[in-house]
Amino acid sequence: MNKTHNNKAWWLVLPMFALVAFSAIIPLMTVVNYSVQDIFDQNTAYFVGVEWYQEVLRNTRLHDSLLRQFIFSFSVLAIEIPLGILVALLMPKEANWKTSLVLILLALPLLIPWNVVGTIWQVFARGDIGLFGWAVNAMGFEYNYTANALDAWLTVLLMDVWHWTPLVALLCYSGLRAIPEAYYQAAMIDRASRWAIFRYIQLPRLKGVLVIAVLLRFMDSFMIYTEPFVLTGGGPGNATTFLSQSLTQMAVGQFDLGPAAAFSLIYFMIVLLVCWLFFTTITHMDKERQ
Amino acid sequence: MMIGANAFSVRKLLGLLLYLLFVLLPIYWLVMMSFKTNEEILGQLTLWPAQFTFDNYVTIFTDPSWYMGYVNSMIYVVMNTLITLVVALPAAYAFSRYKFVGDKHLFFWLLSNRMAPPAVFLLPFFQLYSSVGLFDTHLAVALAHCLFSIPLAVWILEGFMSGVPKEIDETAYIDGYSFGHFFVKVFVPMIRSGIGVTAFFSFMFSWVELLLARTLTSVDAKPISAIMTRTVGAAGIDWGLLAAAGVLTIIPGILVIWFVRNHVAKGFALGRV
Repeated sequence: MNKTHNNKAWWLVLPMFALVAFSAIIPLMTVVNYSVQDIFDQNTAYFVGVEWYQEVLRNTRLHDSLLRQFIFSFSVLAIEIPLGILVALLMPKEANWKTSLVLILLALPLLIPWNVVGTIWQVFARGDIGLFGWAVNAMGFEYNYTANALDAWLTVLLMDVWHWTPLVALLCYSGLRAIPEAYYQAAMIDRASRWAIFRYIQLPRLKGVLVIAVLLRFMDSFMIYTEPFVLTGGGPGNATTFLSQSLTQMAVGQFDLGPAAAFSLIYFMIVLLVCWLFFTTITHMDKERQ
Repeated sequence: MMIGANAFSVRKLLGLLLYLLFVLLPIYWLVMMSFKTNEEILGQLTLWPAQFTFDNYVTIFTDPSWYMGYVNSMIYVVMNTLITLVVALPAAYAFSRYKFVGDKHLFFWLLSNRMAPPAVFLLPFFQLYSSVGLFDTHLAVALAHCLFSIPLAVWILEGFMSGVPKEIDETAYIDGYSFGHFFVKVFVPMIRSGIGVTAFFSFMFSWVELLLARTLTSVDAKPISAIMTRTVGAAGIDWGLLAAAGVLTIIPGILVIWFVRNHVAKGFALGRV
């Protein structure tokens, strides 16, 4: 759409800007302030420059936590995106009550509070009182997510797949619905194979929604806190302690304000950097389309 | 040819059912557990409650310290949704119709807030809202959640609004509508499915969030998700009660998605297909 240039549009944006600035800029400045000071109490604080940043960057526990976080986020994307596309392809196309029902059932995990998601899996995966844990044990596998690091890791991953694949599936489903029927008819005439239809008609048309899906899934999996906190509490050991949990431990648990603030800013920068790359991709794609 | 197509659709159906089973089984387990007594939960593994009991639900509905949690959560979620819509609608209109100084930067800054890990803002939020006297109020949680809901709302609404031809605006102005009149009477009704979807997303992300809601409240505005941790006592976890409380948190989501079910497909693409 060709937009007219009009600076008065700022008046329309102003209420939103004021509100978000209040909740974003003031707290962010507080964090910046903390990150360069050593605070003893309300009236005693010393300027320490970049000392906290250096300390955080050297902290090997945080390195481990960052590495875990990246492995987790990429595993999540590698499983949820293909699975989501597959589920979207399996969904019925007709607009009737059956389709509505499938949509609602599919969206169910998205609407459950995150701590309840943790609770559901905490119960479901237990060997003694949970169906899943019991079934896996009955099949002859040693499985105990509270004691074994690998089991805990896989359970958190499975929980996230359960929780968020529906989002990817629904995004892809709406992308698929937007493909005109004529495309499929043309493919029929050409006797295109099922794979060819997917590769040359459906996948290119899903590009837009897939970028949104990857973006949202990356952001949210990178900030994951509540679900693993309830499920495993970060354990056993530190096996499922991700960045947000390390940060919360540092800020609220140990009350190390300076290092926690420096850590916060570095954390935020990483998310921003990755998302900026995605954002550039989106705008670039929009330009190509026009 | 036809037989092949049928076999294919049967495989599709089976695949879909298998996936739905995966989605529903953990929820089924929670629901069943909420109707069991703790002895049964810990005693044996049963697919259906042997002694069907409503006790867990009775406890929640008769104890104000339990059911007020749902009320508190509802209040701040509704407040959040309303605030979000009121400020996001004009902003999204501005982004979809006009170019203005700093528009691209503003948009990216806005989205960057959606990318901020809530854990980063935990302490500053606590201090900010304490200093302005909002700590432990529903408004504090609603405002804090705005940080995530507004960017998403502007993004979704902008997508829906860009689908409305600009000629509509111009015709309305020629017909003598003022901006306010046009916006409320003509434009808003045209994108009502977009508004429904935006409200749905604001509701959803505010309803499911725990970290900020828990940190910004202590007694008066304590959300249900924070109250649920009470089931962990000295005598271990009260599994039945925990399950019942969990089941009750799923219901509002189901009601809300029922209202927007016909717009879900378009809505999940953020109005962009």
